[in-house]
Amino acid sequence: MKPIISFCTDYVLYLFKGGIKYWAWLGFLSIFVVLWAYGNYAQLTQGMIITGLTDQVSWGLYLANFVFLVGVAAGAVTVVFPAYVYKHKALHEVTVLGEMLAIAAVVMCGLFILNHMGRPDRLWHLIPIIGIYNFPSSMLTWDIIVLMGYLLLNVFGGFYYLYKKYTGEPLNNKFYLPIIYVAIVWALSIHTVTAFFMNTMPARPMWHHGMMPIRFISTAFAAGPALIIIVFSIVRNNTKLWIKDEAIDMLSTTVVWCLGIALFLTFSEIVTEFYHPTEHSLGLQYLMFGHNGLNNLVPWFWTSLVGLVATFILLLIPSVRKNRALLPWICAVTFLSVWVEKGMGLMLPGSIPTPIGEFAQYSPTMLEIFNCIGNWAIGFIILTLLTKAGVGVLVGDLRYEGAATTQEAENEEEAGYASA
Amino acid sequence: MTERTIPLTNITDDLPCDSAVEVCTPGEGKPESGITRRKFVKNTSGMSAASLLGTAALMTNSDDAHATSEWAEWFQGNYRLMSDEEKQEAVDRLERRYSAEYGKDVTVDTTPAQEGVLFGYALNIQKCIGCRRCVKACVEENNQSRGEAQETEWIRVLKMEKGEFSEAKMGEGYPDDYGIQVGGNAYTAAGVVIEGEHYYEPEKVPEEDSFYMPIACMQCEKPPCVKVCPVRTTYREPDGIVVIDYNWCIGCRMCIGACPYWARRFNWGEPNLPKDQMNPVTHYLGNRPRMKGVVEKCTFCIQRTRKGRYPACVEVCPVGARKFGNLLDPESEVRRVLASKRVFRMKADMNTYPKFFYYVD
Repeated sequence: MKPIISFCTDYVLYLFKGGIKYWAWLGFLSIFVVLWAYGNYAQLTQGMIITGLTDQVSWGLYLANFVFLVGVAAGAVTVVFPAYVYKHKALHEVTVLGEMLAIAAVVMCGLFILNHMGRPDRLWHLIPIIGIYNFPSSMLTWDIIVLMGYLLLNVFGGFYYLYKKYTGEPLNNKFYLPIIYVAIVWALSIHTVTAFFMNTMPARPMWHHGMMPIRFISTAFAAGPALIIIVFSIVRNNTKLWIKDEAIDMLSTTVVWCLGIALFLTFSEIVTEFYHPTEHSLGLQYLMFGHNGLNNLVPWFWTSLVGLVATFILLLIPSVRKNRALLPWICAVTFLSVWVEKGMGLMLPGSIPTPIGEFAQYSPTMLEIFNCIGNWAIGFIILTLLTKAGVGVLVGDLRYEGAATTQEAENEEEAGYASA
Repeated sequence: MTERTIPLTNITDDLPCDSAVEVCTPGEGKPESGITRRKFVKNTSGMSAASLLGTAALMTNSDDAHATSEWAEWFQGNYRLMSDEEKQEAVDRLERRYSAEYGKDVTVDTTPAQEGVLFGYALNIQKCIGCRRCVKACVEENNQSRGEAQETEWIRVLKMEKGEFSEAKMGEGYPDDYGIQVGGNAYTAAGVVIEGEHYYEPEKVPEEDSFYMPIACMQCEKPPCVKVCPVRTTYREPDGIVVIDYNWCIGCRMCIGACPYWARRFNWGEPNLPKDQMNPVTHYLGNRPRMKGVVEKCTFCIQRTRKGRYPACVEVCPVGARKFGNLLDPESEVRRVLASKRVFRMKADMNTYPKFFYYVD
């Protein structure tokens, strides 16, 4: 029991040890948490009327961010999968950072869902036995299961790994590896189910096609590793942990091919919908070209498309892909472009036009934007703390007093990893 | 429960169906942002309710009717799973709260579905003149939110264009390489094409170039909204009415996404229901006042129809375009319509099997 208590206290105390950059970054994020508190107070007291949502467009920015972040969470598997299936050594060393990112992303998903709900106070209605859980009928219940499961897998997998590193004991692979392999498959399931919960609605023709899940996954596996590359670059430049070039190269290769697949799928959809446009294509038409002057989304769509195509082409060039200074910036563009494409670009045209053919535009209110940015800020705070402590364990700053030397532990673990 | 007269709209007697009549203005259906809670909640929240409440006041130390009831309501279970005693308790609590809030004797009915009844609706689009009296009657009967902040209407009347064909338009469209014209005179909206025009505001209806197709909840036999609800707050009753337990709804709006008929409305803010306009004859699953953050929709006036009355929209329709009855009774009006008229269901391709039929004579 003593090492567990020691781990917890050391872990928390370590979060308070940081340089000026660290505190400045956390302080900067906290500003948005204040705005978030204000926005949430307004929404809880006055209702969702403070948002820009309407009966016509009742799924907006909250759900768009949710869908995107499920993808980011799933994207963590692009670190775990090569590390454990292809035995990628460089990625294996930092797998836990991918898991930490997944945890932060799932927490953000939860925050966005709470904002999306009209009655968050009645959340307990979802709890089986005391409430009613409409499983397996409702896709939302599937989504809750897979997301909660994914959160638990990453919390268990990630913190078990950190704890063992902390104490210097070898990992019990009989316990640890099953978690890892289940988590890999599970990561695919979270994004698949999130696609299903949108595309199983014939009332929304924009979403009602079988390509949605694979498109979700391909964009997720572009945006997820793009964010991880950014995090890794920050870690490399600001901590003692030197994440190897091979790790980042593997991730940037993943980004470029998933981007390619995503673009191909977008292209296929456009050809299918526009060769002979039916009423079911109106959503996509509105997104790309607007409708009789209603064109809120048009600049977003084209900016995002240009971003995706440009970063795809740039990343195809090996010298650019391996340019360590440039890569994080390209990845930032990819990340933002996918956020637009899969967030607003996919969520809103599902409701525009409405099922009875009305074109009603949606623009979020300032309070709604406060809440969204606040959720992101909280997520980034969590990500920063988790990453900081994770790096602390990996470089040996966070260590149990009686722990074996780093080298010994690593050797033992390597032996287990190789035999698995 | 005793029958009451329910205030409806002022109906002009003897309206011939072809004469032009005034049109009720449409609600925007869109809430505006930045609106505070409805005034009457504020007005009543300070009211000492101990005298009105009796037992409720004994239950807690609070003498605030609203807070007391809402606290107890928060713990109540799903209506379908409640025992009869629990239902009675919930209803008593609601009646006390509503009576205190609206300053009148409010009843909350729990009449269950009758055996051998499957409600169905038929609407004659040939007769409808688009006057929106049904919309107004529905709002008043069913205690929908009104006013600019949040205007909720369960029925929307869609305007359909008859189409505009003229020789002058023959040149429109575009020729392909071999001179064969694509598009032209018939390249125009005509007849039932759902383009969502429900904000029309002419001086008089019906308009020359249009006909009308009112929509509301279609009470599907295979309702997509019920399937997607994560907490089964919306479900199909044995008499075919799809209802919502407003106290169980978590406001996730999956049902709004799933509905192909845009029949569902959300209470974005606290609904605005003026005391003097509140209809005190309510049903738990129907027109009782709603709270913010929950979904609502047409219930075929469950508070009326389960007592053998017509829905408000049927009663008010000046041209007799609306028919209602028991689908299991071959002699009912709706069955006679189905037997003798040309009938269709809206968006039949969705396989939702609406019990709301459209017909022409």
